[in-house]
Amino acid sequence: MRFLFKTDYDQDIRLAKHSGYYWSYGILLVVVFGAPFLLEGYYIGQMTQLYIMAIAGVGLMLLAGYTGLVSLGHAAFFGIGAYTEAVLTGNGVPLPFLDEPVVFSFFLSIPLAAVFAAIAGVVIGVPVLRLTGIYLAIATFAFAIVIEEVLSRWESVTNGYSGLIVEPLYLGDVELSDGSAFYFLCLGVLLVVILMSLNLLRSPTGRAMMAIRDSEISAQSMGVNLARTKTTAFALSAGITGLAGALFAHKLGFLSPESFTVLQSIELLILVVVGGIGSIHGAIFGAIFVLALPQGLAILKDYLPVEIAETPGMEPFIFGLILVLVIIFEPYGIYGRWLKVKHYFQMFPVYKKATFKRQKAYMKSERLK
Amino acid sequence: MSLFKAENLAVNFGGVKAVDGVNFEIEQGQCFTIIGPNGAGKTTIFNLISRIYDSTEGKMTFGGQDITTVPPHAIASLGIARTFQNIELFEHASVLQNLLVGRHCHSKTGLFSELAFLPPVRRAELAHREKVEEVIDFLDLQHYRDSLIMNLPYGVRKVVELGRALCTKPKLILLDEPSSGLNVEETQDMAFWIDDIKKDLGITVLMVEHDMGLVSEVSDQVLVLNYGRMLAYGSPQEVQNDPEVIKAYLGE
Repeated sequence: MRFLFKTDYDQDIRLAKHSGYYWSYGILLVVVFGAPFLLEGYYIGQMTQLYIMAIAGVGLMLLAGYTGLVSLGHAAFFGIGAYTEAVLTGNGVPLPFLDEPVVFSFFLSIPLAAVFAAIAGVVIGVPVLRLTGIYLAIATFAFAIVIEEVLSRWESVTNGYSGLIVEPLYLGDVELSDGSAFYFLCLGVLLVVILMSLNLLRSPTGRAMMAIRDSEISAQSMGVNLARTKTTAFALSAGITGLAGALFAHKLGFLSPESFTVLQSIELLILVVVGGIGSIHGAIFGAIFVLALPQGLAILKDYLPVEIAETPGMEPFIFGLILVLVIIFEPYGIYGRWLKVKHYFQMFPVYKKATFKRQKAYMKSERLK
Repeated sequence: MSLFKAENLAVNFGGVKAVDGVNFEIEQGQCFTIIGPNGAGKTTIFNLISRIYDSTEGKMTFGGQDITTVPPHAIASLGIARTFQNIELFEHASVLQNLLVGRHCHSKTGLFSELAFLPPVRRAELAHREKVEEVIDFLDLQHYRDSLIMNLPYGVRKVVELGRALCTKPKLILLDEPSSGLNVEETQDMAFWIDDIKKDLGITVLMVEHDMGLVSEVSDQVLVLNYGRMLAYGSPQEVQNDPEVIKAYLGE
């Protein structure tokens, strides 16, 4: 059990609250930076995929977990980011006054992909400002379907269902879009995204987002501009997801609209909910879960009776089952469980189960909404 | 010159006249109380002042400025803060974070500097924290600083909500039933705090309250509403002896 002796307000603002943070996150950093030197190519690829999912997860977490706006359309932003990246670094963009289309280097194209996705986020964010809960989910769901359709029909740009080949990235002679170089690129982007999100959450805008999540009416009375904050949240969330999409394009090497369907939106939502809604840790845990579960199921299949293992739809069923079980028994997901385990060891002999017992609230007023 | 003035204020919800032609003035440094039976339109007046509802008729001026059509999120920075009848705190955040949201109307940092957490953002955060600590000291909330709202008892939540309103550094504070759900001791504390808010902090108080003991203890002016109309207006004693008021509360 650690007791913090606070002598300075800055101690509450700092990201590392005590020396333990340096140890645990330092070791984690050493592990993730050392991993590509020890692991085989396949595992490096899997970890890279994990980072990309985690980036998208952080993006959705800012919106769903911190602003309380559930989006079922994040595959759209993911797709916009991926296609923007593929077009900017591949065929290039024809600009007026220039004979040749301009091909961007990744320094520009990856941020531009994020900006494009953020603009798409504002485009969907503004009209749905007044929607919350299930209605918002439906509106974003519709948006995702529209984007999916655009990706498949706008053949002059996206090449439709024939697909679009993503050109590999080069920095000098080194190929950046494969192997450990790509691993470090994705890891770097993930770390920057996490750091920016944590910064946001300890600043006024981040607190305003959480205020909107918990009570719109009092947030408004405290001076939070609902429209502006919600639009900002949408733009940031879409931008970060687009960033993940841009990296994902290079990971796949070949884009087709089938990679950005509603199923992917749902997968992202599962990532956020199972990982632990309302925490950045949750996005990382969720990404691990979403990547590891299909692999785990594939291994499990060898040990199951053939009738069960070969049943079509087994994987979505297990996904859905886990989602339902998590919502009922552990609303704060894997991160919530992690906190409990940590607490158990910190308090060791005197751990009380009731510490985390949820109370029912009876006095929430909804009548003004 | 009065700090706040409502002229002929009215709002209709369909055919229901929730507030019907209400006139009142609040002087600087006063404690002004609105009382009335349930459904009289007291909270509706609060929602009109904090601009959550649009008034159908009438005009509101605050410090000489017309606030009838100001957007609701701009009210806090003008200097009007409020609490809610059924506590509207941010449940999944700590007391400290709740109070810091109260400072939101004073924050001027831009989104991009916040994302990078540049030194000016840190300085602004520290400055906010100092203001918040003043309120924590004032309301004796030190013990609860880091607890989540969802784990706090009702009485403390009520105080935190008052604190959050104070953090906006208001000129006028609207308290919607500050003593509802509090025990006798907590109500007494609340009365002291309201008095201190008025006298020490120099903040004008407008409150809705049912506890007549608290009302007569702290308020200077009382407005009685019934069915959205003004029934009586005066000092607590005058109002309590008004035959119309007795009739509205007790019947003939």
